Amino acid sequence: MSAPASFSKFVSAYRRSTAASLAAIVLLLVLAAALLAPVLSPQDPYDLAQLDLLDARLPPGSPAGDGSKHYLLGTDAQGRDMVSAILHGLRTSLAVGLCATLFAVAIGTVVGLVAGYFGGRLDALLMRIVDMQLSFPAILVALILIAILGQGIGKVITALVAAQWAYYARTIRGVVLVECQREYIAATRVLALPVTSVLFRHLLPNCMPTLIVVGALQVASAIALEATLSFLGVGLPITEPSLGLLIANGFTYMLSGKYWISFFPGLALLVTIMSINLVADQLRDVLNPRLRVD
Amino acid sequence: MSMSTYLLSRAGQGVMLIAVMSLLVFLGLFAIGNPVDMFVNPQADQAEIARTTAALGLDKPLWEQYGHFVGKALHGDLGQSFVHGASALHLIVERWPATLELALVAITIAVILGIPLGLWAGLRPDSLAGRFIMGGSIVGFSLPTFWVGLMLIMVFSVQLQWLPASGRGAVEIVLGVQTSLGSLDGWRHVLLPALNLALFKLSLIVRLTRSGTREALTQDYVRFARAKGLTERRIVGVHVLKNVLVPIVTVIGMEFGSLLAFSVVTETIFAWPGMGKLLIDSITQLDRPVVVAYLMFVAVLYVAINFLADLAYSLLDPRVRLGGTAQ
Repeated sequence: MSAPASFSKFVSAYRRSTAASLAAIVLLLVLAAALLAPVLSPQDPYDLAQLDLLDARLPPGSPAGDGSKHYLLGTDAQGRDMVSAILHGLRTSLAVGLCATLFAVAIGTVVGLVAGYFGGRLDALLMRIVDMQLSFPAILVALILIAILGQGIGKVITALVAAQWAYYARTIRGVVLVECQREYIAATRVLALPVTSVLFRHLLPNCMPTLIVVGALQVASAIALEATLSFLGVGLPITEPSLGLLIANGFTYMLSGKYWISFFPGLALLVTIMSINLVADQLRDVLNPRLRVD
Repeated sequence: MSMSTYLLSRAGQGVMLIAVMSLLVFLGLFAIGNPVDMFVNPQADQAEIARTTAALGLDKPLWEQYGHFVGKALHGDLGQSFVHGASALHLIVERWPATLELALVAITIAVILGIPLGLWAGLRPDSLAGRFIMGGSIVGFSLPTFWVGLMLIMVFSVQLQWLPASGRGAVEIVLGVQTSLGSLDGWRHVLLPALNLALFKLSLIVRLTRSGTREALTQDYVRFARAKGLTERRIVGVHVLKNVLVPIVTVIGMEFGSLLAFSVVTETIFAWPGMGKLLIDSITQLDRPVVVAYLMFVAVLYVAINFLADLAYSLLDPRVRLGGTAQ
């Protein structure tokens, strides 16, 4: 089968679910909004010269004090336009989530390939470490690392990677164990191909469908985890506010009824996470029905 | 493998885990960070820092320092809090009942709501209610805990003003246990945070019950019970439910630890005075001895809970023991 034909087959299989198709469109819009944040934002939310304290905490739809514009989703305590803040926050949240997932996939895949292919004591040792880590919830692992490393964008990414690599390692090892029973792996042994070639040119491509599905699901949980850490005040620094930090900033005003400072960033986070989950679920059904849990 | 060997090997693994944790915490907080920071006031001058370094033996080799740390930890001494000036471990233990109370109410809510909802969804998977329940459980899985907490506050505290948004009710001692559940006010305070904490486990229990029910319905013993003419109530209430309960008991045991971990988030949102909120406060205030004490306390707790869950599981289902150390 040629590549374009298999791609159109994939698209038509994916489109069978209306909800997943809608989610894919929403997700593309979210990604576009994040990428184009500097262009789309009415103001640069972190250029203090553009902020007017007199416009602080205006409800959604209010006109600016100088009448120059309207704040569609209101303003925060510094008079910052919420639309701009959310677009930039979304950009940060997605960047951190994707970056962390990429590193975690890389580390987890190598560990899973090595453990599954070589087996024996190395496998037992690696899987014992994976089991031990997975017995602790991701949020706790991340908090421990933040407590050790301190705060900052690189440290948050490190904590997310540390909290998530083990999922990939275990999943990939499972796939490798199955693949190693196949004839093509026996053939590579007969041909005495170098190990790196077997691992990365023969085993890895067969792990890709699984990796895409698990990776897509885990991006959503990486984003949620980062938002949680930032909300708790131990995540990203105030200079690079993600959605979680925006929500935390508005939390104190929520009790006095000024819901919009927290609510709209929260809604953006929710839409992002839900659309990623729906897309990932559908990818799993199309690419690898074996992974279906229920 | 005999029961006692099995238990011994599990206990051995637990001790190993605690040892590894202590090593990681030691290396992380003592060796990577500047260890003196842990013991001197941040405003201390050069002379005092030098004096403390010598007094603490920080000029000694790392393995000797680790031995010292373990020795003191075994005597329950994990250092003094900078902020509170009290024993770090004591601070944690003091807040433990509040966290435990929150977690217990949460798991109760999850079970009381989750099993009936899961049964319903399992018995009538194609009904509107069944689909709605499953849809809800997917949403419950993917929503971040803190976001749900905020929404609960926004709806029930700010808009409807039914329940308080923060704090814990008055604490009293009932049968030697510290609790706030003796008064109506205590229950009003615990309801929102417990519901928030319960949501994830609720979704999990709904799904487990549903798949357990669907599986049981295809089994011969249920078909036989039907053929015998038993009432539907008895079939579901006794035969199906029994099949569903075994995995749920295990999951409750295993998930209780993660409930304690997630209480960090819930306690911060609802200003619940438990050890999770103390952890976050200590991380932001750089109160490292308290962070160390929290981590060691949680590690020991985890190992104990997992051990008890394993024990309960192997008593409920003898097949597990034959699997040896499989996890």
